[in-house]
Amino acid sequence: MGWLFDPAHWSGSTGIPVRIVEHFTYTWLTLLIAAVIAVPLGAFVGHTGRGGFLIVGLTNGLRALPTLAVLIIVVLWAGIGDVPVYTALVLLAVPPIMAGTYAGIRAVEPSIVDAARGVGMHEGGVLLQVELPNALPLVFGGFRGAALQVVSTATIAAYVGAGGLGRFVFDGLAFQEYDQMLGGAVLVAVLAVLVDLVFVGLQKLTVSPGVVGAGSGGNR
Amino acid sequence: MIEFRAVTKRFEDGTIAVDELDLTVEAGTITVFVGPSGCGKTTSLRMVNRMIDPTSGTILVDGKDVLSVDPPTLRRGIGYVIQQAGLFPHRTVLDNVATVPLLSGWDRRRARTRAAELLETVGLPAEFGKRYPAQLSGGQQQRVGVARALAADPPVLLMDEPFSAVDPIVREGLQDELLRLQAEIGKTIVFVTHDIDEALKLGDKVAVMRTGGHLAQYAKPAELLSAPANDFVANFVGKDRGYRTLTFLSADVPVHEIDAVKVGDTVTSNSWKLVVDDTRRPLGWLSPVDGSVEVTADRLIAGGSLYDGGTLRSALDAALSSPSALGVTVDAEGAVVGVVHADDVLKALAAARAAGEVPS
Ligand SMILES: Nc1ncnc2c1ncn2[C@@H]1O[C@H](COP(=O)(O)OP(=O)(O)O)[C@@H](O)[C@H]1O
Ligand SMILES: [Mg+2]
Repeated sequence: MGWLFDPAHWSGSTGIPVRIVEHFTYTWLTLLIAAVIAVPLGAFVGHTGRGGFLIVGLTNGLRALPTLAVLIIVVLWAGIGDVPVYTALVLLAVPPIMAGTYAGIRAVEPSIVDAARGVGMHEGGVLLQVELPNALPLVFGGFRGAALQVVSTATIAAYVGAGGLGRFVFDGLAFQEYDQMLGGAVLVAVLAVLVDLVFVGLQKLTVSPGVVGAGSGGNR
Repeated sequence: MIEFRAVTKRFEDGTIAVDELDLTVEAGTITVFVGPSGCGKTTSLRMVNRMIDPTSGTILVDGKDVLSVDPPTLRRGIGYVIQQAGLFPHRTVLDNVATVPLLSGWDRRRARTRAAELLETVGLPAEFGKRYPAQLSGGQQQRVGVARALAADPPVLLMDEPFSAVDPIVREGLQDELLRLQAEIGKTIVFVTHDIDEALKLGDKVAVMRTGGHLAQYAKPAELLSAPANDFVANFVGKDRGYRTLTFLSADVPVHEIDAVKVGDTVTSNSWKLVVDDTRRPLGWLSPVDGSVEVTADRLIAGGSLYDGGTLRSALDAALSSPSALGVTVDAEGAVVGVVHADDVLKALAAARAAGEVPS
């Protein structure tokens, strides 16, 4: 643990703060890109009920992909840099978010959706004003799962020469500096916990207390 | 007014849910669709607000073909209440009720004010507005469902088994309140139920439907009982049809005087005595005694149902349920007026029968 608390490691362009920021950037940007792809897809299929097989197939297919292999293939094709890192991480993050969104929307009670149409909402309103707000706990579940995987897997960015906390792990391994390796791993774990806490906070802020699974209020 | 003209619904799988339905729902009345499960009640109802479109035929609401209006617009002008209430769990009760006004472009404040009024109309305390649906009982949720349907003041209200998921006592309260409310608001209501008692109680007119989407009879409740069109209707309205008919006959039975006594009095009597309080409200009965006895609370035998001067059914029920076989009649304040005898009720029934008002 000495490595972790040595002030020398907390400054400079290859210091711990810089790596944390890099790692965190991989994480949130990956989640953002994945969200833009996965949420509309999961929501659309969940809402229409058409193409459920697509979600299941895509989810299982992507989950079966070895992330490291994806990373290496994209490196060979596009060269070293951020592109292979984001490609690999987004492919990792899409399935849980898509599955969470899809499952969340399918789980909304049919009578509630029926009532939404019955009061005169357009389809878009049914989805945005009724289905999504009630699906949020499961959507967040998907995001939290994805975030956890992305934070830990972003370590491999360093494997292809990019930054992030993985640097410490791979450098530590290469130079047999096991305290550096351990320090890097601990930082990844701490970051994972912090990111999860951010999602817990967001969930508290955005999920209505009336929604089952919101954590309070619901007692149906 | 809602008109069904030769309306047929055949689902993709070939099921004919509604078959050539011709029926007119008069404005300002409650029309009940009743029939066994799967006979096409819900389908008929949902074609009015285009939750389902007919295969053929026309439905007119106030003279306008519903197919000429786009569904969301049409639905905002038609209140819709469903069995599970279908409240939005993520919205407070107040926001649930304000849904349609907000969709129709009212500003937030006006919609909320209107919603608060509606809560009062359906008998819910104002502070319930802040709660979420999951924090309400089933009966309370149904009231909110009704309030939500009424919020934009639509002329037409569709109700699909709105009370069948609540327990019988709550259900009866909700039914009474719907009738009270309807007397105030005078909407054109189509009410679906599988419960014939509910249908006879609520309906100005009742459409009895049978499996396959056929209309078996469309008539006033008393007429369904006194002149069922066929065996299906006769069976459906039930075995105690004769007894139920009494509900629709106003009572013309003599009210006899009765000696009332109070707690603390000393009585000598070999007949039943009615015990009342200081305002002449009935407390119970004292059974015939030998010699004299003081009236004490623990000697009281609980009375039966009270007769309010309304229908023959209530007169007969009061007499049958009373330990003394005398049905206690009370005035509007609940004070004792006298008693009715079961045999007088039967005589009145015979008279009504002779006059052709009752099935024989
Ligand atoms: N979407 C549907 N597809 C196929 N058949 C249906 C559908 N909805 C209802 N039905 C059938 O139509 C008939 C009438 O249904 P419904 O109107 O719901 O009856 P009720 O409300 O009187 O119980 C039933 O046989 C039912 O199974
Ligand atoms: Mg039904």
